[in-house]
Amino acid sequence: MIRVQNITKRFGEFPALHGIDLEVKPGEFIALLGPSGSGKTTLLRIIAGLEFQDSGEVFFHDEDVSSVGVGERQVGFVFQHYALFRHMTVAENVAFGLTVRKAKNRPAKSVIKARAEELLRLVQLDGLGSRYPGQLSGGQRQRVALARALAIEPRLLLLDEPFGALDAKVRKDLRRWLKDLHRQMGLTSIFVTHDQEEALELADRVVVMDHGVIEQIGTPEQVYMEPATPFVARFVGETNQLPASDGKDMLHVRPHDLEIVAADGDAVLVDNVFRKGGCWRVEGTLTGGGKVVEIDLDASRPAPSPGETVLIRPRRSKIFAQTGA
Amino acid sequence: MSRQHSTSEGRAARLGLIALALLFLGFFLVLPLLAVFSEALKQGLGAFIDAVKNPDALAAIRLTLLIAAISVPLNMVFGVAASWAITKFRFPGRNLLVTLIDLPFSVSPVVSGLIFVLLFGANGYLGPWLAAHGVKIIFAVPGIVLATVFITFPFVARELIPLMMEQGKDDEEAAISLGANGWQTFWHVTLPNIRWGLLYGVLLCNARAMGEFGAVSVVSGHIRGETNTMPLHVEILYNEYDFVGAFAVASLLAALALVTLVVKSLLEWRFDLHSGAKH
Repeated sequence: MIRVQNITKRFGEFPALHGIDLEVKPGEFIALLGPSGSGKTTLLRIIAGLEFQDSGEVFFHDEDVSSVGVGERQVGFVFQHYALFRHMTVAENVAFGLTVRKAKNRPAKSVIKARAEELLRLVQLDGLGSRYPGQLSGGQRQRVALARALAIEPRLLLLDEPFGALDAKVRKDLRRWLKDLHRQMGLTSIFVTHDQEEALELADRVVVMDHGVIEQIGTPEQVYMEPATPFVARFVGETNQLPASDGKDMLHVRPHDLEIVAADGDAVLVDNVFRKGGCWRVEGTLTGGGKVVEIDLDASRPAPSPGETVLIRPRRSKIFAQTGA
Repeated sequence: MSRQHSTSEGRAARLGLIALALLFLGFFLVLPLLAVFSEALKQGLGAFIDAVKNPDALAAIRLTLLIAAISVPLNMVFGVAASWAITKFRFPGRNLLVTLIDLPFSVSPVVSGLIFVLLFGANGYLGPWLAAHGVKIIFAVPGIVLATVFITFPFVARELIPLMMEQGKDDEEAAISLGANGWQTFWHVTLPNIRWGLLYGVLLCNARAMGEFGAVSVVSGHIRGETNTMPLHVEILYNEYDFVGAFAVASLLAALALVTLVVKSLLEWRFDLHSGAKH
């Protein structure tokens, strides 16, 4: 179990994290989700021991590792740009964590070689051990970086924007593959992402962060359906903000939670209609308020046309009291 | 209709500019170089060999090689250490250190030499104490080494700092996260990443170490056969109207420059290939 307690970190005048508490259960797959500058990467690096907190503690099981460096924490860290050693072959990269061990803990050469081959098989790169990183595609490099991190039998796997530098198709394949691998190995893992879709698809629990604080921790379902703060509602999934009937609070409504009704709804002038996957996406403006509204309608029914005025009503919504946020 | 790119000039202008550049190069680079070699061989190969085999000339060559052999490895270590510190860590005074590394480039070599005379000379701050303990620095080999180390300090660091800045510290962090210690990280990860840049810096450092005149001239004392380096020896012979001797030794220095240039070009070519292949 990983426990982070009341972590605070500043970079000069810039407060990167304040008062972060987080518990990760064994075998969990956790996403740290947030926009850039939210502190998610700093938190990941503090858990790794690549960065040190100004105050607070980090526990691995019940061991306080707050002042232990990354080398002794036994964590696997996968860097955003892979950080492969470009002058070493793929097999040498994977074996690095074993070859640098002190002589008394170092396995025999043949054992290291076999282990590297086994890991390359695990990441489906068998046969590419003698290549150099420069000769591999982005997705392959990512998997080499993963195999290299796994070679030290980490207690915890940390991934910094693991799919950030890949194109959409490769990213999708690799995502599914990583999820399977995680399920198969049961290794406690934390990854950082700014892509809410990625977080919702992969993680057991999502930690939504903004401006150095945790906004919400929950399952993808909870974070999407029950956002704890307006920020979470806006950042995770798409959301419309409509004025509530009391004229004071804000109603947060997902595009697919809006329906067109015959009477007793808010009038919306349709600006634009296009197909988005299995539904019609209607873009319109609220008459009177001028607010932009996005609505997803069942594509098996005829779509309204631009210029038309329709009445809409939320099927479900979430109200946040106006706090100035 | 004539289609002309806005960046292309007329044919005449282009040829004119090329001719001008070639003329300039020929006048300022090729001609002097040819002059050095032709003067050196003016009285035949025999005279040239005799001039080089002169005991004082041989002593100057030996001293120059010795100075380079001491100061280049020193600056290789200093340069790598300084670049490593500046690019991989944040610490107070980091910017000051970057500025200080450039100091030998901005100070006149003669002033650099005088600094050491002021420090270690007979009337300098440490001179009387050194004399009392029988240590000779100025007008001796240690002084020449000190001056050369000072003058050539920036070459390696200047080459490495931008390179290491660009490479960042991800590779080092990855190595450390995998359990490597500081030395293993440097030896297996950092050094291979910077090897071409380092070689290039060392080459330039060596060329300057062998060719430095001003600073060395101030601290050397010009004792023939003892504290005369090749550039100093050339000047002495020239002032004595021994043109063949002067140009013979000068031609060796010029040949060194040419070799450096060729190796440098080869390295740059290799360097480009290397950085082109990186991700």
